[in-house]
Amino acid sequence: MSTVEIRKLHKSFGRLEVLKGIDFSVESGQVVCVIGPSGSGKSTLLRCVNLLEQPTSGQVFVDGVELTHPDVNIDAARRQLGMVFQQFNLFAHLTVLRNVTIAQERVLKRPRAEAVRIARENLEKVGLSEKADSYPAQLSGGQQQRVAIARALAMNPSLMLFDEPTSALDPELVGDVLQVMRRLAEDGMTMLVVTHEMGFAREVADRVVFMDQGVIVEDGPPEQVISAPRHNRTREFLHRVLHPGV
Amino acid sequence: MQYAVLIAVAVLLAALADWSAIRQSFLNLDVAKEGLPELFTVALRNTVIYTLSGFVLGFAFGLVLALMRLSRVAPYRWLSAFYIEVFRGLPILVVFLMIISVPLAFPGFELPGGVYGQAALGLGMVSAAYMAENFRAGIQAVPKGQMEAARSLGMPHGRAMVSIIIPQAIRIVVPPLTNQLVALLKDSSLVLILGVTATQVELAKFGNDQSSTFANPTPLLVTGLTYLLITIPLGYVARRLEARQGGHR
Repeated sequence: MSTVEIRKLHKSFGRLEVLKGIDFSVESGQVVCVIGPSGSGKSTLLRCVNLLEQPTSGQVFVDGVELTHPDVNIDAARRQLGMVFQQFNLFAHLTVLRNVTIAQERVLKRPRAEAVRIARENLEKVGLSEKADSYPAQLSGGQQQRVAIARALAMNPSLMLFDEPTSALDPELVGDVLQVMRRLAEDGMTMLVVTHEMGFAREVADRVVFMDQGVIVEDGPPEQVISAPRHNRTREFLHRVLHPGV
Repeated sequence: MQYAVLIAVAVLLAALADWSAIRQSFLNLDVAKEGLPELFTVALRNTVIYTLSGFVLGFAFGLVLALMRLSRVAPYRWLSAFYIEVFRGLPILVVFLMIISVPLAFPGFELPGGVYGQAALGLGMVSAAYMAENFRAGIQAVPKGQMEAARSLGMPHGRAMVSIIIPQAIRIVVPPLTNQLVALLKDSSLVLILGVTATQVELAKFGNDQSSTFANPTPLLVTGLTYLLITIPLGYVARRLEARQGGHR
């Protein structure tokens, strides 16, 4: 399993500074949930960890290797970082099985038979063995997201990044995806999860990080950050999330 | 009222026309039969060969141009943009004339394939410019998340292009490429400027030669119908594919 360390991370899009100096770390085997209002920079932070966004300044380390170093082979580094997107991003022209095998074959150079075996194991894990020959468009959002998780797991990542994995789902489909993630956490996977699911964060997270306006406001165990927040901004946000319409 | 005008004009034309002359000149079955079977075994066959070879060349080169157009390397972008502007702006006839002339600058050089090579090159060079724009639009129409997902799985940019982006882009550009194929089929008639022999003749020149030989324009009508035999179904297929995609997105 893996550790993440982020030092003095800044990210600007043009003149807009989205991340204003982030320092934080994830220990091996920990599940860390990042919460906060939209526009707080939490997704950008996650995308900086696997360098989908190039940080403006600062450093990102995974297992002590600095990914932000110019000499690092980012393609090699990304192999150990599984990424799950809000919009699933399954490869639309490929079957479910092929979605899960293609990177194993093309990137890890696994033989076809081994890739298929590993793909089937992981589809089994997310409860979608019988959908192996379907195309993404034939699946519900929740099923697509579980395939996306299987696709990431098939690469044997040491760290999983989740970018609002349930935000694009109909409410009745959220549970299945969270169930898969919960089991992953129980298996000891290191996970960094940007989410609005307070129930999941409270139950599963070892730590909850509250971000607002590009900075980390509060960082601690869920019983503290969610149940007894110290900062006003955290309290206001949680009140809005937990009592919508009040 | 509008119909009355239409009918009046039609009746007037029909009354003034010399029907036996029309039948004699345009619908002369005896003359039409003279063209068989060469109309299909030689002329149509060559038209298809010129069209498809030009299409294949244009497809491959057009894809390269599109990738250059989207490259991070600025000179590639400029080169590609320049090529596309130039060859979209030139009539194919002029391109063919240049293909004939350019080897004069290189003594001893001859294009492989003779007329077939020249035709493929000319049609390919021009259609590549159009197809490049189609491919560029197709590649840009693939959602950004597809590239991000591929990169997140550790695929280098080029691999992600080849395995993930381009296969989806090609699906998107099938309708415009089908239209491109129709245009190319019609443009293949200009191959006659290259100076073709009796075995290299395509539909348009075949019809023209036949009508001179028999001093009768019926073969031209037959040629036109033969073109339509291909272009109308192809155009129909293109519109169907377009409609289907429109429904999906």
